[in-house]
Amino acid sequence: MAGKLLLEVVTPDHLLLSQQVDEVIAPGTEGEFGVLPGHAHFLSTLTIGDLRYRVGEVTSHMSVLWGFAQVTPTRVTILAEIAEKAEDIDIERAEAAVAKAQRRLEVGGLPSELKEAQISLEKARLRKKLAERARRSSSG
Amino acid sequence: MVASAKLKRAQGRILAFRPYGLKMRDVVSNLSRRVNRDLHLLLQKRPTTIVRVVVVTSDRGLCGAFNANIIRRALEFIREREARGVKVEIGLVGRKGREFFRRRHWPTHAPYVDIFDRLTYEHGMEIAQAATEQYTKGMFDEAHVIYNEFKSALQQRVIVEQLFPIESLDEQGETGEKLGGSYLYEPDEHELLDALLMKHLQAQAFRILLESSAAEQAARMAAMDGATRNAGELITKLTLYYNKTRQAAITKELMDIVGGAEALK
Repeated sequence: MAGKLLLEVVTPDHLLLSQQVDEVIAPGTEGEFGVLPGHAHFLSTLTIGDLRYRVGEVTSHMSVLWGFAQVTPTRVTILAEIAEKAEDIDIERAEAAVAKAQRRLEVGGLPSELKEAQISLEKARLRKKLAERARRSSSG
Repeated sequence: MVASAKLKRAQGRILAFRPYGLKMRDVVSNLSRRVNRDLHLLLQKRPTTIVRVVVVTSDRGLCGAFNANIIRRALEFIREREARGVKVEIGLVGRKGREFFRRRHWPTHAPYVDIFDRLTYEHGMEIAQAATEQYTKGMFDEAHVIYNEFKSALQQRVIVEQLFPIESLDEQGETGEKLGGSYLYEPDEHELLDALLMKHLQAQAFRILLESSAAEQAARMAAMDGATRNAGELITKLTLYYNKTRQAAITKELMDIVGGAEALK
């Protein structure tokens, strides 16, 4: 296995990450995909999910909400609409968002509203999951 | 002081957004060199008979040569294209540009004005959407934007950039990676291009608005700074002149009084 990958994550708000990594696993719309150095050129849309990247033995997580990934043999560029490192997620806020989205689903409404609520529930759950894991691994 | 606070905010926004906008451009430009251009309407090159030029000016004046530079460049561009026998249409963002072209009775497309005060991503989306629709309908074959790029608080640079059809930046590949080797796509090529190109145009439109807005604040601050300094100099000069004149008048009056007193003796 030659070399490393340059992983860059940018969102409309800022350049979130630019780092040499050994492996990236990203949530593609048609399933997760893993990238090692020397990967073929590849372009994919991303869905709501957990982006993992490994440096040596350490794996870090990040929540990604939609976007694009461009893969070349030496780099992975993630253009996400929203992305957050797991350790930066505010767990209370994530929990509140889960509760709020669930309430909205229970109340019901127009199909478009329900769909929106479903999406925010998915987003909130993901963020909550990542935040909890980040907390466990830092305390444990 | 107000100008510097505004500049700071505008500067923060463009610096935060720029990496995303430029990366997006890299990805798209990289991609457009590999795919078959005929695959997507926004990439397809067609013979140019009508060019749209979008001139991005500010809504307000008192910002030095900011608008003059843009308009001069725009006129150059128009002249050059018309010399080549291409019809040029003008699209506008900003009140100042509208004033200029209206005064000359040049037909323009519905201008976007008063958006710089509350610039949001939606503005970028709206402009990109409208332009894409018109392009798809064949209302123009090529579109360029002329805007001020925010280089630093002291410098702005006039940029002419092509938006339609989407071009590849002909650099030697951002990292010198070899071209060739086609991409794998997920989902299929067409669906992905659709989503990516639309996002790209929105991001570019928004980036250009942010660039222009930050550049405007910088230009205004410099202009106001210059104005304050000039006014200061003028005040010093005039104060001196006033005092001298006053003194002369007093002296003259004293002489009169002394002269009068002498005469009474």
